[in-house]
Amino acid sequence: MIPPLIVETALELGISLIAITDHNSSANIRSVQKAAENTSLVVLPGMELQTREDIHSLCLFDTLEQIEALQKIVDATLPKIQNQPDHFGEQFVVDETGDFIRTESKLLITSSSLSLDQAFKIVQDLNGLFIPAHINRKTFGLIESLGFIPPDIPFPAVEISRHMTVKQATSQFPSIGKIPVIQNGDVHRLNEFLGTLYLIMENPTVSEIRLAFENANERSMEVRPVQ
Amino acid sequence: MNLQDIITKLDLKTLSSVEKDLSSNKPACGYSSDLLSCVMAGAPKKSIWITLQAHGNIIAVATLLDLSAVIITEGAIPDETTIEKANEEGVVLLSTSLPTYAVVGQLWEMGLRTSDPDQPCS
Repeated sequence: MIPPLIVETALELGISLIAITDHNSSANIRSVQKAAENTSLVVLPGMELQTREDIHSLCLFDTLEQIEALQKIVDATLPKIQNQPDHFGEQFVVDETGDFIRTESKLLITSSSLSLDQAFKIVQDLNGLFIPAHINRKTFGLIESLGFIPPDIPFPAVEISRHMTVKQATSQFPSIGKIPVIQNGDVHRLNEFLGTLYLIMENPTVSEIRLAFENANERSMEVRPVQ
Repeated sequence: MNLQDIITKLDLKTLSSVEKDLSSNKPACGYSSDLLSCVMAGAPKKSIWITLQAHGNIIAVATLLDLSAVIITEGAIPDETTIEKANEEGVVLLSTSLPTYAVVGQLWEMGLRTSDPDQPCS
């Protein structure tokens, strides 16, 4: 997925807000943001962070400075293993046209030594959103690893994959309780965009998204059915 | 075989504060997995659970299944809140730098077996 095609595809589907959340990495965010300049698409910086419990969580921010601060901590807590492209694929960093800049040599497809609790606190302190990702999935989903959602972490939302509805999730996983449930495409390929999460808010910022999750101050959220 | 024998033999560190006499704690069998959803579905009651999962949710699982003890391997240390929760719930939380495989091997040699569907250990 190269930046101009990500932007083009999202816009074609009528999507107005995306976040770039590569696995333990933020190196390609700026290029997608540049590719989206002079279009109506907003691109938030983010990361899909894998904690030591093998849980994936979405970390969303407003600025590159915030994600860079997180990246420093993640880099320091990843094992010092080199990527083996034959097994794990290439890890390319590209520019806004999709041209090659460099290869990331450090293995990204692994866990940071941060615990879920530590990672939540770090992202919260950086004023970001920390959302356990695809919690229903057997691999890297919170429910599989931890059995239930830890009651003492105030997650702003949890995310489910495209394979179930919000209603099924709240009934199958009672530990969700009152935590807002969102659904995203977890887009690894261009044909995987969902575009079914509607956020009614003033601006596309982290603080507004938080309000929309809470249905507070006339902001609101709706997860429409996946077609 | 009782829990005190196991702690001594494997040189385990006791993380939770234990007031009860551990020699009266007689584990029924052993179980190992790091996925708590599997443990909740598969660990027999009164078993010893060997895992490298140190997240606080392990205490709720140990309480739910009335486990004899939890052995956390590879030197993973739970946070203070988890240890406090273990103390509140009376969960015996043990730690070792050994990997899970080595702990399981030693426990098996001591005679602690797995749960057999035909002859459940609890």
